[in-house]
Amino acid sequence: MSNTQNEQVNTNTSFEENYIDENIIADKSSKTKEFVKKFMKRKTAVAAFAVMVFLLIIAIIGPSLAPYDPAAYDYDNMLAGPSAQHLFGTDQFGRDIFSRILAGAPLTLGVSLSSVIVGAALGTVLGLLAGYYGGWIERLVMRGADVLFSFPDILLAIAIVAILGPGIVNVFIAVAVFTVPSFARIMRSATLSVKSALYVEVARSLGCKDGRILFKHIFPGTIQSLIVNFTMRIGSAIMAASSLSFLGFGANVTDPEWGAMLSQSRSYLSTAPHMVYFPGLVIFVTVLAFNLFGDGLRDTLDPKIK
Amino acid sequence: MGRYCAKRLIETIPLMLIISIVVFMFIHLIPGDPARTLAGVEATPEEIEAIREEFGLNKPLLQQYFDYMVGLLHGNMGRSLKSNIPVSELIWSRFQYTIQLVFAGLIWAPFVGIFIGVICAIKRGTWVDLGGMLIAICGLSAPGFWLGLMGIQYFSVKLGMLPSAGLGTWKNLVLPSIVMGTGIMATLARYSRSSMLETLREDYVRTARAKGQKESIVMFRHAFKNSLIQVVTILGLQIGGLLSGSVITETIFSIPGMGRLLVDSIAYRDYPAIQGLLMIFALQYVLINLIVDMLYGVINPKIRYD
Repeated sequence: MSNTQNEQVNTNTSFEENYIDENIIADKSSKTKEFVKKFMKRKTAVAAFAVMVFLLIIAIIGPSLAPYDPAAYDYDNMLAGPSAQHLFGTDQFGRDIFSRILAGAPLTLGVSLSSVIVGAALGTVLGLLAGYYGGWIERLVMRGADVLFSFPDILLAIAIVAILGPGIVNVFIAVAVFTVPSFARIMRSATLSVKSALYVEVARSLGCKDGRILFKHIFPGTIQSLIVNFTMRIGSAIMAASSLSFLGFGANVTDPEWGAMLSQSRSYLSTAPHMVYFPGLVIFVTVLAFNLFGDGLRDTLDPKIK
Repeated sequence: MGRYCAKRLIETIPLMLIISIVVFMFIHLIPGDPARTLAGVEATPEEIEAIREEFGLNKPLLQQYFDYMVGLLHGNMGRSLKSNIPVSELIWSRFQYTIQLVFAGLIWAPFVGIFIGVICAIKRGTWVDLGGMLIAICGLSAPGFWLGLMGIQYFSVKLGMLPSAGLGTWKNLVLPSIVMGTGIMATLARYSRSSMLETLREDYVRTARAKGQKESIVMFRHAFKNSLIQVVTILGLQIGGLLSGSVITETIFSIPGMGRLLVDSIAYRDYPAIQGLLMIFALQYVLINLIVDMLYGVINPKIRYD
């Protein structure tokens, strides 16, 4: 008796699941199409997206494109200005700045991207739990975020580096931790707004487990806020990471990290201004591309919050 | 109003307590024996023991925290390892420089930012809007340290118009104030634009127009004043960000403020000084937010304090 009942329940759920899934897939593809169509209308955002993809490709294959060895000293060509041989000029050791920027791309972008991914994942889980369960979990997460927010901007990252010591791995940890509270807050409020939606109520009344409700039903509803905040935070992560390197807390001074290159350039402001122009310009363009893309994404996904 | 202020003030006490625990735990969070960390790498066992005694590190943790709090409430934050003067005196001697920078940033940035934002909202969809928002997103994406170095390169090295380092005359403050304020200007321009656009859609604006009110009065009295409420919140958060911005600005322009002190203290591993500075930075941030919350009432009488 109980066996048949179980079987019946099983067939029922699988039927239901199939039915619902098909619908969702159909719905999703049309939504994606609609999104792409809307997004393509935003020319600056599309351009920013192209620049972003280009930079990411550079980060992957850039080092092999470098015309010179980024670490090779050339004492005949120290502090040389931009020329056909050295597109962005050379630094105080005669190293080719263009090659160093290419070689530094995986370092700067890799650290920023990976730390935002880790920070976002942590913050998202915390925010979802806080919003869904409320009570002491919520209080704990939100007070924690308040405390971390009391060290504004890169001050938190600096404080973490002060504890862990300088170095690129610690910059990664610092930027990841610096990313967590913003995601925890945003995801909590997104969760709160989805939590009372009818489909969540239905899932609960059907007897879904908390974990399933959270990740299958609530999480997809919050994904817009997640994506928008994610792209926005990459820009700030690049800024934070390169600021830390500029202050001397990040990458080794010999590494071709963009912020570290700028901090080297300070002593040569009067003799070799190109040492300031190019690494900074590259950071600026990168952050700008991510910010413009984030703006476009936000406006497309939610035209209300403009 | 008085009751609300008192309530808000009391609410910040738990937050301050948690911050104090986090900052107190700072030395204990550094991997390894805190006494050894404080004494330095080359310290003899006797020296380490002396440090353990001096800082009370041999006492139970709770007792240590209690002593730390008693000290803190008496304005005692320990002695700097580097200069051997009390941390509170050290911070106080640097405080005025950082405050000068904060004011130098605040003197123009919020006004310019709000002005750009409001004009963009009024001229929505025109070239003015596009230009204004382009300035804003560029200001948001340009790393402060790059702006500063470019400013020095152009105005100090090339034109010789402005000094490149130190403080003293108003000329010294021009470049730092640009570095300090650009981010705020950009952020406020974006927020005040969207806030203004939102208020322009409100019914009372339509009503004002319908009854034949002059457009300038509609814009200023009805839309602009109400749109300010959101903007003030953001401004409060931004002022907190200014404090951490001083770390970068003071490093670029060799200004001996609190930010520079923090960087030097981290480089020297002067942990009591780092601890004190983090405490002061967080305290300032919480206080600024408190003041902003209270300012709401002045700007928006609709908000009830109960």
